[in-house]
Amino acid sequence: MKKYSIDFLSSLYTTMYKIRNFEEQGIKLYRQGHIRGYFHPYWGEEAIATGVCSAMNPDDYITSTHRGHGHCLAWGADLNRMFAELLGKKAGYCKGLGGSMHIADYSKGNLGANGIVGSGTPIAVGAALGASIRGEKKVVATFVSDGGSNIGSFLEGLNLAAAWKLPVIFVIENNQYAVSTPIEDSTGETQLYKRGIGFGVESVRIDGNDVLQVYETAKAFVDRCRKGEGPFLIEAVTFRKSGHHVNDPGLYLPKEKVEYYEKHDPLKIGAEYLRNAGLSDEQLAELQDKVMKEIKVAVDFAVKGEEMSKEEFLNFVEGY
Amino acid sequence: MNESNTAVATREIMYREALNEALKEEMRRNPNVFVMGEGIAERGGSYKVTVDLLEEFGHKRVIDTPISENGFTGTGVGAALTGMRPVVEILFIDFSLLVLDQIINQAAKFKFMSGGTARVPMVLRTQGGVGNGLAAQHSQSLEMLFYHIPGLRVVMPSDAYDAKGLLKSAIRCDDPVIFLEHKLLYMNKTDVPEEEYTIPLGQAKVKKEGKDLTIIAWSGMVPKALEAAHILASQGIDAEVVDPRTLVPLDKETILNSVRKTEHVLIVQEAVRRGGVASDISSIIQEQAFDYLDAPVKILGGLNIPCPFNLNLEELIIPQVDDIVKAAKEVVYKG
Repeated sequence: MKKYSIDFLSSLYTTMYKIRNFEEQGIKLYRQGHIRGYFHPYWGEEAIATGVCSAMNPDDYITSTHRGHGHCLAWGADLNRMFAELLGKKAGYCKGLGGSMHIADYSKGNLGANGIVGSGTPIAVGAALGASIRGEKKVVATFVSDGGSNIGSFLEGLNLAAAWKLPVIFVIENNQYAVSTPIEDSTGETQLYKRGIGFGVESVRIDGNDVLQVYETAKAFVDRCRKGEGPFLIEAVTFRKSGHHVNDPGLYLPKEKVEYYEKHDPLKIGAEYLRNAGLSDEQLAELQDKVMKEIKVAVDFAVKGEEMSKEEFLNFVEGY
Repeated sequence: MNESNTAVATREIMYREALNEALKEEMRRNPNVFVMGEGIAERGGSYKVTVDLLEEFGHKRVIDTPISENGFTGTGVGAALTGMRPVVEILFIDFSLLVLDQIINQAAKFKFMSGGTARVPMVLRTQGGVGNGLAAQHSQSLEMLFYHIPGLRVVMPSDAYDAKGLLKSAIRCDDPVIFLEHKLLYMNKTDVPEEEYTIPLGQAKVKKEGKDLTIIAWSGMVPKALEAAHILASQGIDAEVVDPRTLVPLDKETILNSVRKTEHVLIVQEAVRRGGVASDISSIIQEQAFDYLDAPVKILGGLNIPCPFNLNLEELIIPQVDDIVKAAKEVVYKG
């Protein structure tokens, strides 16, 4: 593996640590009644969003999923506005009208989380098509789950990108469970990268918990997409460290798997890279402390934030 | 130019030619406008609406798609979200049922869910209606599905003039527009100005003035309503024909003004009678102009059954001119 600077490795680790603790704080806020509705933690999958997004340019595009907090944060979302949205506040990315499953930042190329599994994929293909009509060399990454890889929207989107040779990277986050149904019960082909091969798309299967492996795979594909060689597909094997959502204890997750992935945790792997590169434990703690302070400030900002008034809301929906 | 202009140079062209002109003009006007659909490039579309576009605008902007409605409609949504103005063609409205997630859960919701930061300036063009023995899966009128969904505009032009002006406005609209054509109207001719014009979404048109009753009809029912009005006139009944042209936004004012004048209302709808747009328009009239009504609002709709293949039976399931004449007489107590 190539040698990376401590700064680069720190930035990857920081993003993963931020996602992990964003979810942790979010769940606390949920339990305290500050957050309502659905909350799907990205726990255990942090390396995928982090590795892929860090391989892209700021003016590229992503589409996310219902489990989307990690993608938004890896894409550079502001913690204050993220928490504010989860709390339904006016300062949130969607002014509190979208919530967890609809966070997006169109001005920055984040085309949004999506409450409908698989539906972000054709949208990603459309962003790539539009850019290609305009003659821009943008790359689009579309995240989907193993569950989403069985739905027509994903498969149609994959075929369209292949037919039109568009610069799209399909990222299947194979966390091995579609809500509570294990992948073995969901499909006759559990090696999901083969979905891409079936459509003529160069596809690989990688360890989705190893942030450098994700980054290097994504970087090579992003560069090749920019040269017009896309699309590509990455199956990133990972594990959801929790139930489907905050109120699902995930009792169906087998003990052996939980234990294996507890050791094979993306943050542990990321920290190991940093230690190997020479970062001390104190420096790592400093880095973590800085993130925790930012999160604390953001939670405070969100809790104190204003909600959209009824008048503002009625004004906003005028003309519907 | 707007509709009030008189004495403009016109020529008679077909509905499909008017749509073709609208597409060409808007594609010339804005390089971000592009069209996609099944067999629309070389073939020019099943109803010839997109003929010659490929030659002028090339493959980048005139895109033949695989038979993958949900996928390519979603692709249109994604392109629209990122600054393009796609015109997506779905061959039959019946196939639009394959794309409802992208239209209803996605396109119609983005502006709202994002707190107003996202826009989806996309037009979904398709055609519906009974005609020519296409049977149960190619003959439906499904405007009610889209009418029901907040966040969508629904346009249903009944002649070439309206088709051109409304399609141009639909393409310029910053929100998703469902543009519903009718398979039996494509060859119909009307006078269309030489000069460029647009018709704002949300303006009904009185297609024939009258004082005895208001017949409200849209899309394929408008020519039939006009023919019925002609027959009624010969029998001493002066019917006014109002074409909403866009169902969302609905020009309630023009409808209500007509109702206040004539005090009698017949709504003619090709779609099945149950749960249709006509019922909603009727409820609006009864809520807002009840005191003006001299008779109950009558709705003449399609039968609540799928469309048969047999041509003689096909004719039975939707309102015909004679049915409209008969229903109009009932409304004015001359049946």
